[in-house]
Amino acid sequence: MSTEVKEIKKTSEPLFSKKNRKLLSDPLNDSNPITVQVLGICSALAITVQVQQAVIMSLSVLFVMIGGNVIVSLLRNRIPDRIRIIVQLVIIAALVIIVNEVLKAFLPDISEKLSVFVGLIITNCIIMGRLEAFALGNKPGPSFLDAIGNAMGYAWILVAVAVVREIIGSGAISLPGMGQVKFIPSSWFIAEGGLYENNNLFILPPMALVVVGIIIWIQRSRNTKLIEEN
Amino acid sequence: MAINKNSNGYTFLFSIIMVVVVGSALAYTSQSLKPLQKANEADKKMVDILGAIKVPATRANAKEEFSKYVVERISVKYDGSEVNTASGDITAGDKTDPFNIDVKKEYRAIISKIIKSTKKDPEGRKQRLGDAEVTYPLYVCEKNDTTFYVAPVVGTGLWGPIWGYVALLEDGKTFYGTTFDHKTETPGLGAEIKESFFTVKFEGKTLNTSSETVFEVKKGGAVVDEHSVDGITGGTITSKGVGEMLNRTLPVYVKYLSNTSNQKAQK
Repeated sequence: MSTEVKEIKKTSEPLFSKKNRKLLSDPLNDSNPITVQVLGICSALAITVQVQQAVIMSLSVLFVMIGGNVIVSLLRNRIPDRIRIIVQLVIIAALVIIVNEVLKAFLPDISEKLSVFVGLIITNCIIMGRLEAFALGNKPGPSFLDAIGNAMGYAWILVAVAVVREIIGSGAISLPGMGQVKFIPSSWFIAEGGLYENNNLFILPPMALVVVGIIIWIQRSRNTKLIEEN
Repeated sequence: MAINKNSNGYTFLFSIIMVVVVGSALAYTSQSLKPLQKANEADKKMVDILGAIKVPATRANAKEEFSKYVVERISVKYDGSEVNTASGDITAGDKTDPFNIDVKKEYRAIISKIIKSTKKDPEGRKQRLGDAEVTYPLYVCEKNDTTFYVAPVVGTGLWGPIWGYVALLEDGKTFYGTTFDHKTETPGLGAEIKESFFTVKFEGKTLNTSSETVFEVKKGGAVVDEHSVDGITGGTITSKGVGEMLNRTLPVYVKYLSNTSNQKAQK
């Protein structure tokens, strides 16, 4: 009797139930892939010099993440257990190659700047982790939401770091389609007789780590349940 | 319909289907996007060539600016003789058009192999480079009624390929401008070859047409004369690669340009 009730409940569960909404909101804060799980740090350091690179990178990860999660979830009862990691890798690799080819064809300049890091999405632990931990055991609907949640969790950290780095490092903001907009008047610069200078340290990867560290600090001071006991 | 998911047969079948499906999907994407990618590459090439003669261009106006400044495209053999010339519009896929010569591909497929196998034999290297089926493109540009010759150069840095475009003045031996680029050189060290502080050093320097080494990129801090520039500190192998590609490629154009100027003088 009880099993019957459960089954009915399962099939009638709406896509945006409370449990499923948590799949979307959790990765943004409580289980953020970068600041809490510390995954995908490599690309977060490398391509956050400009906001437009960070945005395009985030969109690429979003696409690969959704595609990978949904495909693996659809195939979850067909994939042989012994080769499941290889299957996941092939699916991710295929999606990444498609993203790379599309960027090369339509956004050649950004593709050049992102260079190897688009290809390295394959090794981004967030994606493998979600396929293995979530999509293999859940239906396509929740997997889709989980993919969006995690990709957005990755994206907002990336964009936040890039905004800080680009403003302080280059005195500009760049958005896809707009190019780089320098908003600090040139007369402020020391070379022009002013008192301002861009901080070149922020263009270098180590400063990205410091910025990520500061974001983690702020996040933990506001969200005290993330602080470990010891 | 009880399929044993752990049987070898099922695993093989699954892998085969997966490979076929993924393979054809990727092949289709690659084929359908190729024309766009090729066009992007051509635009980039035009921007680089115009960069060498200091005409700022973007991908958007590359074609327009290119046809405005580049008056002739010539392909040259290793011994300095002319093969083909073209001017006007570029047709993608036209193999006789010097613009469509893929210097990087030729370097990778033919020249780099010759260099590897003749490390201790400079005479043999010249012999084999002369015999190889390689043509060298040259772009004749006109800006403010002055003629410039732009030559592409390709070589090897520390981690991967490096390349660039060299603009020579009408005398065929004085540097007007250069652009260099690289695929995977170390940021902050070898990768600095693309920065302007390095490329401006070439401006006004001349090729030593009477010597075996027409131009030198010297190790950091060395005394430089009019036929050499200071290399990048910490980027020794990349700097050497720049020197090597200039020394291997530019004599071809020097030969060609002195031939044509002799012919003009005879007329």
